[in-house]
Amino acid sequence: MYHWNWGIFLSPTGTGQTYVGWLFSGLGLTVALGLIAWIVALVLGTAVGIARTVPNRAVAAAAGAYVEILRNVPLMVQLFTFYFVVPELLPGDLGTAMKHMNPVAQQFIAAALCLGLYTSARIAEQVRSGIDSLAGHSRSAALALGFTLPQAYRHVLVPLAFRIIMPPLSSEFMTVFKNSAVASMIGLLELAAQGRQLVDYTSQPYEAFIAVTVLYLALNLSALRVMRFVEAKTRVPGFATAK
Amino acid sequence: MYHFDFSILGGSTIPVLAEGMLVTLRITGTALVAGVVIGALLAMMRGSRVRAVAWLAAAYVNLFRSVPLVMVLLWFFLVVPQFLQSALGLSPATDVRMASALVAYSLFEAAYFAEIIRAGIASVSQGQMDAARALGMTRMAAMRLVVLPQALRNMAPMVLTQAIVLFQDTALVYVSALADFFGRAYGIGERSGRLVEMLLFAGAVYFAICFSLSLAARWLRPSAPGARETGSAAARS
Repeated sequence: MYHWNWGIFLSPTGTGQTYVGWLFSGLGLTVALGLIAWIVALVLGTAVGIARTVPNRAVAAAAGAYVEILRNVPLMVQLFTFYFVVPELLPGDLGTAMKHMNPVAQQFIAAALCLGLYTSARIAEQVRSGIDSLAGHSRSAALALGFTLPQAYRHVLVPLAFRIIMPPLSSEFMTVFKNSAVASMIGLLELAAQGRQLVDYTSQPYEAFIAVTVLYLALNLSALRVMRFVEAKTRVPGFATAK
Repeated sequence: MYHFDFSILGGSTIPVLAEGMLVTLRITGTALVAGVVIGALLAMMRGSRVRAVAWLAAAYVNLFRSVPLVMVLLWFFLVVPQFLQSALGLSPATDVRMASALVAYSLFEAAYFAEIIRAGIASVSQGQMDAARALGMTRMAAMRLVVLPQALRNMAPMVLTQAIVLFQDTALVYVSALADFFGRAYGIGERSGRLVEMLLFAGAVYFAICFSLSLAARWLRPSAPGARETGSAAARS
């Protein structure tokens, strides 16, 4: 018979902490990882998404290749490549500097950059479909009004496109936190990895995993709330968005 | 400068990798078939007029879609086997990892397929169902003969896209040390000191397979004649 013991979370770990402290430090890393990756993804994804729609063929093709490579290789393989391969291939000093970094910093940087790039390809696709759905009318209208092409993007196309893609962008924001669990594979002690560690240390697997699962659900719900708020704030009355 | 040496890829390693690819394909295939079947059941349950049934299906779908796949796999590799061993009296030596992996992927994917199938059914206009009912068909017959054939055609590209995602996600069985394609590539790289080459090779293989399949999905995308256009932005999300 399994012996339930929810009090386990408050017992000391032997390193001067409690198990609940481990869980929350894992949650903190997961949130930080997700947010940093999100910022990277939003900046790069917008740039690449725009690049896919510009008249210059070479730029559009390069942006297309970026998206295809990042979307067709598993996130795990990309992460291992970032963690094990990139430091080897970086030119001399930079590679050595990376290899001599504190291991946790090394794991965190690799995971945040990798997750950011991976997500940026998905955001780029959304930005591109948003701009495409304006069907060129807005671009022509803006250009006819005397905007230069960069101005048309900045003041007309991108602001409109972002409002159109708000719903898929919201679900992408929730996905970034879920995907961050892959970082546990290179040893970063984020939420999923802390859950695993708790199982090893406490032999109370049910309590540990139920707690971690509930924390992921709570994180997902909070992300949803944040995006609902942003959606409400940025809505233009009478302007349709993608479902 | 790093000196690449791809000579590790040869007669002794290629068969090992191919065997790993079979494991990967077995997980993908099983989860695809089981996921679509369970997903279809869930989609129908969500449309049920019995409140409790619809709620149960919605709860299942939302739960699995809110939790990282890594976490679901950890449940199935660390907790469920212990439970089964104590419940069924199996010896702790029984290797249930493959069975656990198949069940975990199938249950997880079912939640995603349920949403795709639900969207597919919703993409067939209500008029089709009404017309079939007016011709005297029962709801079941109308669903089977009129709505589902059109819905299946509409959802085909999205099912294929999800299958590609699933194929990529199988690399995560690494948590259980089950030797799939990625696990073997990593293992060979680590033992031979040629990890850089093996990881790049693994990435290239995944890319070749997924990119070809995604071209096929794109080719399927223009909707069949008579089918209503479904939102493309939603399709990609």
